[in-house]
Amino acid sequence: MQEAIGRAGTPINGGSAQSGSRVMVEARAVSKHFGSGEQVVKALDAVSVGIREGEFFTLLGPSGCGKTTLLRLIAGFEHPTAGAILLDGADISGLPPFRRPVNTVFQSYALFPHLTVAENIGFGLEMLGRPKAEIAETVAEMLQMVRMEAMRDRQTSQLSGGQQQRVALARALAPRPKVLLLDEPLSALDLKLRKEMQVELKRLQTETGITFVFVTHDQGEALAMSDRIAVMSEGNVLQVGSPTEIYEHPADHFVASFIGETNFLTAAVEGVDGGQVRLRLGGTLEVRAGLPDGMAPGPSVTVVVRPEHLRIADRDAGEGLPATVSDVVYLGTDTHYHLRLAGGEELFARVQNRPEGGEAWRVGDAVSAGFPPAAVRVLRD
Amino acid sequence: MAERAAGRPVPGRPFSVRRIPGFAGIAAVSFVLLYAPIVTLVVYSFNAGDSIALWEGLSLRWFAAAWANEQVQEATVRSLVVAASASAIATAVSTMAALGTTRTAPFPGSMAIYALINQPLMVPEIVTAVALLIVFAMIKISTGYSGLGYLIAAHAAFCVPFAYLPIRARLEGMDLSYEVAAADLYATPWQTFRRITLPLLSPGIVAGAMLAFVISLDDVVITEFVKSAGQDTLPTYMLGQLRRAVTPEVNAISTALLAVTVVLLSAFFVLNRQRR
Repeated sequence: MQEAIGRAGTPINGGSAQSGSRVMVEARAVSKHFGSGEQVVKALDAVSVGIREGEFFTLLGPSGCGKTTLLRLIAGFEHPTAGAILLDGADISGLPPFRRPVNTVFQSYALFPHLTVAENIGFGLEMLGRPKAEIAETVAEMLQMVRMEAMRDRQTSQLSGGQQQRVALARALAPRPKVLLLDEPLSALDLKLRKEMQVELKRLQTETGITFVFVTHDQGEALAMSDRIAVMSEGNVLQVGSPTEIYEHPADHFVASFIGETNFLTAAVEGVDGGQVRLRLGGTLEVRAGLPDGMAPGPSVTVVVRPEHLRIADRDAGEGLPATVSDVVYLGTDTHYHLRLAGGEELFARVQNRPEGGEAWRVGDAVSAGFPPAAVRVLRD
Repeated sequence: MAERAAGRPVPGRPFSVRRIPGFAGIAAVSFVLLYAPIVTLVVYSFNAGDSIALWEGLSLRWFAAAWANEQVQEATVRSLVVAASASAIATAVSTMAALGTTRTAPFPGSMAIYALINQPLMVPEIVTAVALLIVFAMIKISTGYSGLGYLIAAHAAFCVPFAYLPIRARLEGMDLSYEVAAADLYATPWQTFRRITLPLLSPGIVAGAMLAFVISLDDVVITEFVKSAGQDTLPTYMLGQLRRAVTPEVNAISTALLAVTVVLLSAFFVLNRQRR
């Protein structure tokens, strides 16, 4: 099953709690172009991605990467220039939004200002022509689910940002859509509320079992909430995988730099045997690292080492790369050390602060920057 | 202080027109010029005497006279019928025009359409009046109909921009996301219009209708040209009276018209504020 294909050549990733379940939403070589002639903007460029039933799936990328366009194509607010959108196996590319069993939580919430909280939540069911008794029952259930029973008859303008968010969620969930689309719904909230709503969203997704497609530019949010993440850039899906896969095995330079902080190093290739490669770093340090599937490395490759995997030791004691401390930033939980290698390359190490204090390095200290061989990831060119 | 008096911007303080020398005086004179005649008119409508310029004591005599005057009664009813019909037609047409020019994809010639809709604001009223006189005369000859329909049609036409502008402004200020959200929640385009667009638009529609009503109620030039014999509205009746003996009855009618307008517009502002 080809459920998650990024750009040609990038690995097909799977591996989440829901692996094996069927595909709920599928984008098949979807392109979306805006404008015409010389000013054409390719918001999406032949993107293929499969979203499984019941999973929390995140479209992650910087602004302008096409994530919101893909969401709007699934909702039906836009129609693809080429390719097809499938919902539960059926091609819905030509259907208007009001014929798609898909609901959206908007970034601006878009709550109807002339309706009460309860009327907002019941709107979808009312449009579907459900009986009044059923609507009242579902609205009560939804109010309880988002803990807004007391606000039932309020005008939406009387609600705080967090409360509006809950109503928007309840309104979109009330018709029990096959897929819930969330367009950066947390971006308008302050940090504390955002953390609360992350937990809340995850709880609602587990409780309802509905497939969530979540759009965000915040990689921390994506890692914390998602079953799987699709990392997007410039209209392409670069990698699809679980948060662990995306963070620990980034497919390319962009994914590695966009998700978390990382160090890029150039390594000379000494030899290849099987799926392993022998590398020489900084002219002195030899390491063995796994190669991405099917990669045939040239004379040199780019490797990444996460800052939390770097170990700093005295120059004589360490077996790592010789370096000089160029900056120290104390951040409470961690201390960040900026190191300069003999060849001029910059490294960045994050060291967790311990209760007993431990060694602290100062600017100008001659040190050695080491890391376990397992921390080294070879990137595709 | 010298800087303030010269009206030059003081560092750290934004430019304020109120610091220009003589600003307060000019403002006061402007307000007096605007309101003194109206105050005079209203005061003399309560005059006990026969003159519009010689005060002889307080009385409701001219209100009673106007109220009892059959011609005034007929003209008032006619004015209200024309204004109500014309503003209703103009509002319906303007609502559709506003939807057509804001809730559709941009189309070539939309600026020309905008200009055409607002034509009555630009073409001199006397020109429109003469043109209508000629066209309606032709229709009268061929159909024989000489009822109030001509006045209503003419008023509806020149009321369109007055109804169109507030409705369009409201639509432009209305976030499209409500309509998108309704479509997302299974509302067909018609349901979206009826349940979301129309209720959110209603303050604009009410504002447009009121403006159109007041403009129609007030019109003299086009009415004077278009009306058939015996079809005086309140303003044309008053104009006719002025040509003969001027009595404070005209003041009394004006005061009543003013009161109706002020009450309508105040009611609208109060309503509009509550909706927010």
